[in-house]
Amino acid sequence: MLSATWKTGLVFFPAFDWAISPTHPEREERLLYTQDQVLEEGLLDIEGIVELKPDLATLEDIRRVHFCHPDERSVVTESHLISAGGALKIGTEVLEGNIHRGFALVRPPGHHAMRVVHGARGFCNINIEAIMIERLRESYGIDRVAIVDTDCHHGDGTQNIYWHDPDTLFISIHQDGRTLYPGSGFTDEMGGPAALGMTVNIPLPPRTSEEGFLYVLEKAIVPILDDFHPQLIVNSAGQDNHYSDPITNMSFSAQGYAEFTRRLQPHIAVLEGGYSIEGALPYVNVGIILALAGMDFRMVREPDYSPERIRQSRDTSQYIQKVVEVVMESWSSASRVRALNRDKGGFAERDLRIFYDTSGILEAQSETLRVCASCSGALRIDSRTDQGSRILAVHIPRKACSLCREQGYAWFDSGKGGKYNSIYLQDRTEDRYFVKRK
Amino acid sequence: MIIGLDVGGTHTDAVLVGKDGILRSAKVTTNPDRLFESVWGALEEVLGDMAPERMVRVVLSTTLTTNAIAEGKLQRAGMIVSSGPGVDPEFYRTGPDYFTVSGSIDHRGREVQPVDRLEIEAISSRLHSQGIRCIGVVGKFSVRNPAHELQICELLDHSFDYVVPGHRLSGNLSFPRRIATAYLNASVYTVHRQFFEAVRESLKIKGLVVPIYVLKADGGTMSLETSLANPGQSILSGPAASVMGSLPFASREEETLVLDIGGTTTDMAVLIRGTPLLDPLGIEIGGYKTLIRSLKTRSIGLGGDSCVRVVQGKLTLGPDRKGPAMAHGGPAPTPTDALFVLGKIQDGNVDAAKAGIESIAQALGVSPLEAARRIFDQACESILETAARMIGEINDKPVYTVHEVLEGHTVKPTEILVLGGPAPHFAQRLVTLTDFRVRIVPNWQVANAAGAALARPTSEVTLFVDTERGIALAPEEGFSQSVKRDFGMDAARELALRLLQRKHRREGSCDVEPEMEVIEQSQFNMVRQFHTSGRNIRVKVQVKPGILTDYGGFSQRG
Repeated sequence: MLSATWKTGLVFFPAFDWAISPTHPEREERLLYTQDQVLEEGLLDIEGIVELKPDLATLEDIRRVHFCHPDERSVVTESHLISAGGALKIGTEVLEGNIHRGFALVRPPGHHAMRVVHGARGFCNINIEAIMIERLRESYGIDRVAIVDTDCHHGDGTQNIYWHDPDTLFISIHQDGRTLYPGSGFTDEMGGPAALGMTVNIPLPPRTSEEGFLYVLEKAIVPILDDFHPQLIVNSAGQDNHYSDPITNMSFSAQGYAEFTRRLQPHIAVLEGGYSIEGALPYVNVGIILALAGMDFRMVREPDYSPERIRQSRDTSQYIQKVVEVVMESWSSASRVRALNRDKGGFAERDLRIFYDTSGILEAQSETLRVCASCSGALRIDSRTDQGSRILAVHIPRKACSLCREQGYAWFDSGKGGKYNSIYLQDRTEDRYFVKRK
Repeated sequence: MIIGLDVGGTHTDAVLVGKDGILRSAKVTTNPDRLFESVWGALEEVLGDMAPERMVRVVLSTTLTTNAIAEGKLQRAGMIVSSGPGVDPEFYRTGPDYFTVSGSIDHRGREVQPVDRLEIEAISSRLHSQGIRCIGVVGKFSVRNPAHELQICELLDHSFDYVVPGHRLSGNLSFPRRIATAYLNASVYTVHRQFFEAVRESLKIKGLVVPIYVLKADGGTMSLETSLANPGQSILSGPAASVMGSLPFASREEETLVLDIGGTTTDMAVLIRGTPLLDPLGIEIGGYKTLIRSLKTRSIGLGGDSCVRVVQGKLTLGPDRKGPAMAHGGPAPTPTDALFVLGKIQDGNVDAAKAGIESIAQALGVSPLEAARRIFDQACESILETAARMIGEINDKPVYTVHEVLEGHTVKPTEILVLGGPAPHFAQRLVTLTDFRVRIVPNWQVANAAGAALARPTSEVTLFVDTERGIALAPEEGFSQSVKRDFGMDAARELALRLLQRKHRREGSCDVEPEMEVIEQSQFNMVRQFHTSGRNIRVKVQVKPGILTDYGGFSQRG
């Protein structure tokens, strides 16, 4: 009988009654053919593959990660709660030991959602991976987590959320930001001063194919993961690197995705983008599921698959080698710089401009981090939008020292209602969330 | 009058039902090796001297096909499987006569690779020379486009007894299940045909020339002729007979747990406001997962005659049956013997029962009375635990829309209906062990046979429409039609219901206006380059399982 080597859980939530707009890529039809393929292949009947029902994420789960303005209900729909709940279900089952690995095949996606949420960016409202990870940290006490984002678009939301967190390694491989939304994710984006190096960006040139992706995996991702020793590896499994994707320019394939997954061995995969809904998703997802389960996927291929036709050029290969060299140099030197920064202390500031393409909002942020030798540091965000709202958001990290905690509360208390529509405090040491409104 | 007959693991039950209820019943011991004799014996007994011309139909639920599969006595059948890319079809090999061939269809039903004519002809002559008579032909996504399966069937030698294309057996997706379903149909075809032709002949000799119906696993009936094309539907009809027998007595407002406590097994099912719950996928039997439509039932190897043992100081019941209870001359102690010791049954050899329970009591180090109590309680508790697990699984079934997640209905039965030989004794104890309302099905010993007698025909049709490709397809019906861009959900529903009515009549229903319902419908706009290019519609309609209502005497609530 056909059986899985690794017990694998699947949450399948195609949200057949939710769309951004009727003709938007993120629409009801997106996972229809994937569902047909998964059902026709009989994957859910395989011994050791179990289909699980998604949980419903709660507002508390969102408040552990985001500052939603004006509140969670205004920026989140039920389908986001189910989508995040799908990831949560997989994470919980993995940590309970009921499954070895899991895949949340859910929509809507989440990796463009940042810490502050005024609306939707890149089809995303809330970051479903971060919501899952923070709940798992809260409930199961896990600490070191690695996120490998293989969506074709830079995972700028996840990067933003974990920018200052030295316990979360965020690796994103994506099509070079000079050629694709959201236009970020260059090798010099390496994380804040106290978490320098824990953000790893690997931008790849258009038309990178299987060879390039697997090269990056072998020469950069695997060695970095080996150094980091994560307790949990999460894959933001976007499928828009596919050669047939209508909104990107890469040359990845179902075989490539499956092989990549087999070698990466993530505990948890969460579906992100992927808009070649007929030509790619049905085959890529079957490949990923079989690879997660430790099964033979050699016969999974697209009807029009031709390795010769999508092979990358020699120039592309050489370019990728150079990118990997830069990444590995930065990785090996980052820990020294990070230690120096933390010893020096003080306050670090940065300004960000964030565009919400889906909601049409422009946000300006001023961020202040208390750089701390004993924890990752309290964070203050002053955010205003072109829609006229202004908020103050204070984040006290999970393992904050008493001084950073005091700093966080001082920022929250001194925030004057007159200037801000709302003032938020996220105290992760006690898993509490406070809001002061005008 | 109608004759209903149900073959069980221990007994074969038959009833004669008239307008006023059960007129006669019979119970004979099942001899699995000579099934025809058991069936014929029960039929003769129940028919007695009744005039044959007063009979309007005979409905049979047998274990013929079920046992053939469970005991691995399947006839050799050839399988021709065209897969295309995906999971390696070698994993689904059914035996040595399994051939994977070229040809491939994608998820939209578009041809990716054509069938190779020479390849099929070679396989055909090879199967023929091996003496194989029955063949299943299965393609991946054949329910989206049956052309390849039909082409292969056409290319096969026309002298085979039975050639079944997978798309005619179910409209549901699942290539591996389609393979298993076609294989089981092909490999029980001959035994099923021979058995029912013998029944028909014997009845004819007795002067009974009436329509013969076969009970299906979904609690419906089909004509004997239909069953010859689709014998797999008779697999696991036993539990369905009991469920149908309990149906008239179930609450119309609440949810019901049905327990059929037999000699060898206890079968359980759930009724939602008097309608049995169907399995969303299909029968699983003997390691085969199929697309055969079925009631959602669960069976455990625990009944009145289950063998009682003490293993490492712990009491175990079943899953095997060594024979009848010791009180009835059997070789090993059983829960029925415990009922004798507890004084609940008297009509048997009480001393033999006591001796059996005594041995268990000694091994447990308790009094015989205490041992009997424990055996009986453990039997009741195991049954309830299994039922709770089944209900949990029903409620854990994933759903795919926001609406379903938020409005999700939770199945929570409030009453138990018990039938089967020891029903009254178990019912008494279940009352004290649960919060459920517990009731006994009237005529509990033969209610299963009555269920077979009164079951109405059921049918299902799955319609798939893709307006971009311009097709409407009902694979089970072998129906296809071209449609225009403006073909919508209303038209799809109407077409599906029309096809269902046609199928229902053909399969032996006399209902002028069968009670049809839409069980699934979804519609997706297909968008290409930011423009709506077509609609993808899926509709599933059925005539749900039900009981003939003009035999009112039976269905009076007990």
